[in-house]
Amino acid sequence: MEIKILGSGCAKCKSLYEITKQAVEALGIEANLVKEEDMMKIISYNVMRTPAIVIDEKVVSQGKEHTVESAKKLIQSLL
Amino acid sequence: MIQKLADWIVFSLFGIDATSHLGKALNFFLYDTTKILILLFFISIIMGIINAYFPIERLRNYLLSKKMYGLDYLLASIFGAITPFCSCSSIPLFIGFVKGGIPLGVTFAYLITSPLVNEVAVAMFIGSFGLKITAIYVASGILLGVVGGFILGKMNLRPLLSDWVKQIQIDQNAETQQFEAENTSFLERLPSIVNDAWKIVKGVIIYVIIGIAIGAVMHGYVPEGFFQEYLAANKWYAVPAAVILAVPMYANAAAIVPVIDVFVAKGIPLGTAIAFMMAVVGLSLPEATLLKKVMTLKLIGIFFGVITLFIIISGIFFNIIL
Repeated sequence: MEIKILGSGCAKCKSLYEITKQAVEALGIEANLVKEEDMMKIISYNVMRTPAIVIDEKVVSQGKEHTVESAKKLIQSLL
Repeated sequence: MIQKLADWIVFSLFGIDATSHLGKALNFFLYDTTKILILLFFISIIMGIINAYFPIERLRNYLLSKKMYGLDYLLASIFGAITPFCSCSSIPLFIGFVKGGIPLGVTFAYLITSPLVNEVAVAMFIGSFGLKITAIYVASGILLGVVGGFILGKMNLRPLLSDWVKQIQIDQNAETQQFEAENTSFLERLPSIVNDAWKIVKGVIIYVIIGIAIGAVMHGYVPEGFFQEYLAANKWYAVPAAVILAVPMYANAAAIVPVIDVFVAKGIPLGTAIAFMMAVVGLSLPEATLLKKVMTLKLIGIFFGVITLFIIISGIFFNIIL
């Protein structure tokens, strides 16, 4: 699966990227993790609050910070 | 209760004389820090709960689906007040509104109030000035968004948006379905709301301490009426000077309110102080830099100019009525 973290480089977005990375590692799944900082691309997902998580081109979370646990749950629900 | 605790720690535990400058300053510092952090925590929780049930997407869909006859400005402004402001979110939000076909003026109403009235400013205001002044601050912040948004909306500013924003097609149907359909119960959500509130408190704790420490030192050492001589209400230039001085300043609300509190205690009129606060919190250069991505410089200039003007007017108004 492909996981994108959308955010224009703010502190919250960076921390969400790290948390998601840890969640992916903890789950031991194959996932392509991408940091999307290009505003045009972020907007193309119709996201109004950053940071957002996009899994396989679908917005699954926006404007929310996660813990490793909640990120794991989110990813698992889409496996 | 907090006062008793602060009294006990400073006067009994440390054994500092209650009438000394140091004793007063230390007592004030301890009392204020504790009170404000507790306030901030609870206000953040309340705002978190509201946001969990009324996310911004819902407001947008609501604004789009109903004819509001001007009430949309008020709604957008109130929403700006209750949503936590994050400058990094302001661009996607702006685009989301414009793309959905929400009038530019209504979008501005949101953009004006959002930084102006936020959980940190509200907690600091209640802690420093009490409920009545806070209510006045919040109400005028919301009103400022409504009036400012309305006037900006009447100015036909769409041609002044950045080229790429103008090209974005208005597309109302494409995204209404994109809700996070979370059917979790209130009790399941509460831990993450409390956790977020705690994060907010942790994020500003250092600024609260610095601000209150400066305030405490000034409180104990600056004589009464010290500022009166220089910035009294009867000088016509006091409010405009305070506001223009404040626009380029980018201070955290948490650090600036305790200092303003002392200014007021030592003789600065409240209207001047509120206007100064609004200009510091509501208008800042970092925000302008971000907005440059979606607006031309001319539009940012008009945007800031209109708000500055209204902040000055409200400051003068408060000096007359308060």
